[in-house]
Amino acid sequence: MAVQQIKFYQTGSFVVGNRLLSPEQRAVQADPGRANALTCGHRACQGCGEALGARYVVDTALRAASNKVIAVNATGCLEVFSTPYPETSWQLPWLHSLFGNAAAVATGVAAAQRVKHRDDVRVLAQGGDGGTVDIGFACLSGMFERNDDVLYVCYDNEAYMNTGVQRSGATPPAARTATTQAVGSDPGNLFGQGKNVPLIALAHEIPYVATATVAELRDLEAKVQYAMSLRGARYLHVLVPCPLGWGSDSSETIRLARLAKESGLFPVFEAERGEITGVSKIRRQVPVEEYLQPQRRYAHLFGPSPRPEVVARLQARADRNIERFGLIDDEVDN
Amino acid sequence: MSEQRELERSPNGRVEPGEHTRGPAAPRQPLYRQLEGSRGVAEAVARCRPEVVCAYPISPQTHIVEALSALVKSGELTPCEFINVESEFGAMSVAIGASAAGARAYTATASQGLLYMAEAVYNAAGLGLPIVMTVANRAIGAPINIWNDHSDSMSQRDSGWIQLYAEDNQEALDLHIQAFRLAEELSVPVMVCMDGFVLTHAYERLTVPSQQDVDAFLPPYTPRQVLDPADPVSIGAMVGPEAFTEVRYLAHVKQLQAERAIPQVAEDFAAAFGRDSGGLLHTYRCDDAETIVVALGSVLGTIKDTADDLREEGMRIGVVGLTSFRPFPADAIRAALSAARRVVIVERAFSTGIGGIVSADVWNATSGLRQRPAHGYTVIAGLGGRPITKASLRRLFVDAVADRLEPLTFLDLDRDLVDRELRRMGERRRSGPTAENLLRDIDGRGRL
Repeated sequence: MAVQQIKFYQTGSFVVGNRLLSPEQRAVQADPGRANALTCGHRACQGCGEALGARYVVDTALRAASNKVIAVNATGCLEVFSTPYPETSWQLPWLHSLFGNAAAVATGVAAAQRVKHRDDVRVLAQGGDGGTVDIGFACLSGMFERNDDVLYVCYDNEAYMNTGVQRSGATPPAARTATTQAVGSDPGNLFGQGKNVPLIALAHEIPYVATATVAELRDLEAKVQYAMSLRGARYLHVLVPCPLGWGSDSSETIRLARLAKESGLFPVFEAERGEITGVSKIRRQVPVEEYLQPQRRYAHLFGPSPRPEVVARLQARADRNIERFGLIDDEVDN
Repeated sequence: MSEQRELERSPNGRVEPGEHTRGPAAPRQPLYRQLEGSRGVAEAVARCRPEVVCAYPISPQTHIVEALSALVKSGELTPCEFINVESEFGAMSVAIGASAAGARAYTATASQGLLYMAEAVYNAAGLGLPIVMTVANRAIGAPINIWNDHSDSMSQRDSGWIQLYAEDNQEALDLHIQAFRLAEELSVPVMVCMDGFVLTHAYERLTVPSQQDVDAFLPPYTPRQVLDPADPVSIGAMVGPEAFTEVRYLAHVKQLQAERAIPQVAEDFAAAFGRDSGGLLHTYRCDDAETIVVALGSVLGTIKDTADDLREEGMRIGVVGLTSFRPFPADAIRAALSAARRVVIVERAFSTGIGGIVSADVWNATSGLRQRPAHGYTVIAGLGGRPITKASLRRLFVDAVADRLEPLTFLDLDRDLVDRELRRMGERRRSGPTAENLLRDIDGRGRL
């Protein structure tokens, strides 16, 4: 008889899940002995998706590598809020060099481990979307191409939040930022061709590429765990809502991350060596409005002079993702 | 620390094997080979046992890392990781990661490449990482020009790196071995600057020290702090106004420490290898000199030859060769120039809008002298690979001694060419691209 895998649908569900699971399958965050690598006292905003994501990622990576992880951080919110001199929130060896070079610095750290025969020490690089898809992109691609033994994690909050919410290459169309204001005939960010770094990573045919959101933290942990079981270049792209930049309530972070996925705007998938190996299906499809409306960065699409045609274009993007990644099962899955 | 080291070199500036008397134990008789400068540097770097070498191709640096890549690939240099990166920015970044993780890291670059990595160059110094980098000096575009001058490394003057300039290929080799020791003693990165093509591609009689001797001179790298899971440390924190000034001041103190350490390491080197290489500066026939020429890099050989000729004609002229540009050896310069009536500074780079870069430092250093040199001349020479000939230098020095020089002179400047273009610009708003106009003019004169 086939074993029905236990599914975890909601944040916090690991509390329930842990009771049903054997100890080794339980959540890293449920373990009182976890590394707690990004410890309390840091200066992230309330409801920061990046702080939440980083906490899960780093603790999971540490457990997978028996606490032998060196982290390299790009300049950005995560770096600034965690290490205001002389304080640090990091409980693991951690290096920040520049905005655009985290992947290359991580390559150097990995090379040092190789030359010293420290295969047990693993390297984790972290950056925001600006440091990853824009200024750090060349270094990232070089690290992929050489297949250096680095897990690179991009915490994507879809703009340069640390410098005051300016547009990045990962900012979605129509979103208002400080440099794509909601004014004029075409308010908000332009409808460009987009820059889908997970797919670009996949095109490098590296051992592992995955996307995740902070709405499904068990999924995030599982992906980090799996990524750490592999060698070579691995890329994890985590959607992390930003209450400040998105203009959303700090209590909405998890819900918005979930709606991004459930609307189809943020496809959650895994790939190995250039082939997509799995997608997280949409369980209850929602129209994009449900995701857009709680965010003030999209306020110009609604309100007194609504722009349904722009919302329709965004819906078309979601539909294309659903089609392309097969995000909805034809037969209803219970 | 004011003693300039008066080195009695042979007339070509090189101490011949067996000539030296310094040092406790007589080193083995060195084996000389006819080697390309780049090849010699690569072999010297390999003897320093770098653990991570990263490289991005750019002329005229390429032969160095090509040779190193072969040494790594063949297993002659092991353990070492050779990493082909996607840019110079990536190269310095990989070196930063490797060095912070406790590996001895090396890279090489030039020109545009150095500027492309500039942000990481400053960062490496700020983090106190003892990376050694060769800069095969080359001009900066536009107009694009692959030939030698010092614009590239001079642009990184304030980065916090030690900058050493090699006079010839043997010194270039030797400076690399000293550079690793200096860098690691002080936890500060070191740039070894050697003139592109003039040195990198020149074949000279060179000796590469044995592995055993280098091992005795250069202890294994012990980092000041290291990324180690057994003892976690956060490196690269954000520092605000409350401590930034102090951090920067300490970077200055580090350079002052280097000013003391550089002659010491050079002395140790001379004792171990029997060659006077490195140090802060070298003086040549300065004892009774009324006129002293200050320069750095490979042009020193031509300058010394010219000075020798003029000496024979009764001119009291001497030469100061700067090896260390950062730290700037102000005390040693003061001592070397204290009795001179006039100083001529020959520079292979300049700061547009004012003039000499080295000159500014020299005038700054001599401003404290009770008796300052009465005349100071800055000469910009050899830009973008223009040969600096003995004939030109001779004319220049003769004019200097007669005090007929302008304070700022561009050696062998084609005044006619410049005037034509200035006229064109004055006449027409759309006068066209300057570089191409000049080339057309030269062509029209039948000089190309």
